[in-house]
Amino acid sequence: MNLNATLIGELIAFAVFVLFCMKFVWPPLINAIEARQKKIADGLAASDRAEKDLALAQDKAKDQLKEAKAQAAEIIEQAKKREAKMIDEAVHKANAERENILAIGRAELEAERNRLREELRKQVAALAVAGAEKILQRSIDEAAHSDILEKLVQEL
Amino acid sequence: MAAGEELTLSSHIQHHLTNAKMCTVDGSVAFNKACSEAGFWTWHVDTLAWSIGLGLLFLWIFRSAAKKATTGVPGKFQCFIEMVVEMVATNVKDTYHGKSKLIAPLALTIFVWVFLMNLMDLIPVDFLPAFAGWVGATGFGMDSHDVYMKIVPTTDVNLTAALAIGVFILMIGYSIRIKGVLGFIKELTLHPFSSKSVPLQIILIPANLILETIALVAKPFSLALRLFGNLYAGEMIFILIGAIGLAQLPLHFIWAAFHILVIVLQAFVFMMLTIVYLSMASSDNH
Repeated sequence: MNLNATLIGELIAFAVFVLFCMKFVWPPLINAIEARQKKIADGLAASDRAEKDLALAQDKAKDQLKEAKAQAAEIIEQAKKREAKMIDEAVHKANAERENILAIGRAELEAERNRLREELRKQVAALAVAGAEKILQRSIDEAAHSDILEKLVQEL
Repeated sequence: MAAGEELTLSSHIQHHLTNAKMCTVDGSVAFNKACSEAGFWTWHVDTLAWSIGLGLLFLWIFRSAAKKATTGVPGKFQCFIEMVVEMVATNVKDTYHGKSKLIAPLALTIFVWVFLMNLMDLIPVDFLPAFAGWVGATGFGMDSHDVYMKIVPTTDVNLTAALAIGVFILMIGYSIRIKGVLGFIKELTLHPFSSKSVPLQIILIPANLILETIALVAKPFSLALRLFGNLYAGEMIFILIGAIGLAQLPLHFIWAAFHILVIVLQAFVFMMLTIVYLSMASSDNH
């Protein structure tokens, strides 16, 4: 233990080293470390946020997909209903048309038949008149005998 | 070692444990044995040179890392330096709760500087002294046995005492800055024995003052002597091992391996205690 002037020298050196360290060494290093720590913390927070956003977006997409599926199903359902309705309508319409056509046909047939019958009756009447004329060998006064002829025609 | 001179173990050890001295005798510079009468104004040039050299090495290494410090991806060198800085910063943050721009760089300086000085202990004990002796003998025509070279500055009590005194000055400075002069005096006189009655308290003041002063002064003493004692003893054992011939090799290896622990631990302890003492000095609740 021989304390001497070295002590003073070392004390000065110590003070100078500490001051230098305090001014020029410590601040840049600790600032760099803290800035990087902040950067990393921010990055981690951002990645957390992104993860949450992703989960949210996935949920949203799933919901939308579900909705779209439901909508599609509804549209298909509606289309089927409409199809059925249209077919039904078409069948109805067709049936009505058929009925209509049939009715017209029948009416025409009826008319034709009536006309033919009328014609036939007239011809038969004429034939009957002609026959009767032949039989009677004389002409019948059509005007005078028209009532009889009419009656005959009616009976035919 | 000079030829013809009897080399005893004790003189060998003595030679290893003597600092290179410098002083002024009658107005001119004198060295070593001529300085035996110089008293206080003797300079241990080896201690000064090695410690200041290592301090500058510390500052140069850390300054070059600080200049290149990036907040992006750090290189390996920066990573290593930042590891040390962060270790110190964490310890300071955990122990010292006030706000101070000084404590952390102080702790870093103490830790790295003391570590580097302790590290000199791992250089085989004869290398540098023998080299210095050879330089002294061939370059300056000195007797190589008169060339002293103690390369571990922490085995010089002047250095450890200087560190401890520096810390002690800071302790008192912090005490006064945080608590005021009156608060500091109160701390020295009104604890640990306190009484509500004023006359009794006045009687207790001397006892308190003695106890608290001893407690205060014991701190720098323990700081200085712990580091000095550990390193001096370690150095002594290295010298003894170095003196026993070839058998030293395994022994030296074992002791050096163990000493790696000691040098880091002592540097860490010095740093930690500095932080603790300064934290105690700046905390108000006694």
